[in-house]
Amino acid sequence: MSYIAILLTFIFINNFILVQFLGLCPFIGVSKSSANAIGMGASVTFVTTVASVVTWAIYYFLLVPMHLEYLQTLTFILVIASLVQLLEMVIQKISPALYQALGIYLPLITTNCAVLGIAIINITNTYNVMESFTAGFAAGAGFTLAIVLMSNIREKLDLMPVRRAYRGMPIAFISAGLMALSFMAFDKSLLTNLHLV
Amino acid sequence: MKLNWNELTKGIFKENPVFIIVLGLCPVLGVSTQVSNAIGMSAGVLFVLLFSNLLISALRNFIPASIHIPAYIVIIASLVTITEMVMHAFVPAVYSALGVYLPLIVVNCIILGRAEAFAARNTVIDSILDAIGMSIGFALGLTLIAVIRELLGNGTITLFAMGGFDGVIRVPWFYNNPMRVMSLAPGALLLMGYLKAFFDWKGARKKEA
Repeated sequence: MSYIAILLTFIFINNFILVQFLGLCPFIGVSKSSANAIGMGASVTFVTTVASVVTWAIYYFLLVPMHLEYLQTLTFILVIASLVQLLEMVIQKISPALYQALGIYLPLITTNCAVLGIAIINITNTYNVMESFTAGFAAGAGFTLAIVLMSNIREKLDLMPVRRAYRGMPIAFISAGLMALSFMAFDKSLLTNLHLV
Repeated sequence: MKLNWNELTKGIFKENPVFIIVLGLCPVLGVSTQVSNAIGMSAGVLFVLLFSNLLISALRNFIPASIHIPAYIVIIASLVTITEMVMHAFVPAVYSALGVYLPLIVVNCIILGRAEAFAARNTVIDSILDAIGMSIGFALGLTLIAVIRELLGNGTITLFAMGGFDGVIRVPWFYNNPMRVMSLAPGALLLMGYLKAFFDWKGARKKEA
């Protein structure tokens, strides 16, 4: 598959939040203001991109030669957890400004389904290292797109007269459902029409 | 010995993980297109949650506080790997239908959440009851969503094939008039919104009464 096809697939066609429901907890939890949503989106994109490459390398250079493929889940979650810790320390050292912006979101990312999800999907789809890198970045970008759109909707919703039972989470889910409905306009035929497959 | 039944029942309604505390939604919305997948997922969560609560509450005095999260993750990930291998061997159809959501039980907030909030500071017996209650609550929530989505979206209820029964119940009228959107992604989010609103409304009414 070409890189453009992978980008389109993970940002629009199989958007991680709106189509695959990976990473819903931060999507509902951190989407109340757009500043937070951008911070969370940037952190997730960073981690999914780095984690895709690192887990790819661990799988093909460590697990496959030793015939330990069944330890995939266990290894990946430990690698992701340590990677997030490491990134936190590196960012704190190199760029205190970036750390100020992303610091509070990084610890939350370890238990974000999106990161483990993309690592496993890369292996299932037998991507090579560049394809994994692209898929990791695109999955993060799709997550950012959805969470930023959602935060804008929720900032407007705060000013709207919403029935009491629907306030907060229920109306957020229904808005997300309507957004998902519009994302259904992107499907696999898009790739065929653009001659990418 | 006296069993603390309250620990069992609280997970089913009062602290239902799906509708009241809203945890672990990725699998709930992801696998609820067919009732059989929902049941498979619930069984996986029951197994992992039961044994993670059991092991963590048994080891709670031996795990140093500074590394408790990595220790919990190792326990949970090992249990998930066991679940994956057992399902792959005995119910391959469910294994492939659950796909990426099965390994993702590791990062399901319910399991780590119960380990952290309950098993780490309660006895083994109470933790087992808590795990069973929470799993039943999770299974009820997930199955409810799956039944509604499959019935409206496809007009069928898919269970497991047994003998001459192919496992699929075709419901009259609904089977000829499916609302396809319910079995697609937007239907899951819309349904979750309406159900959450319903449970919030019920909760608010109970508080006023």
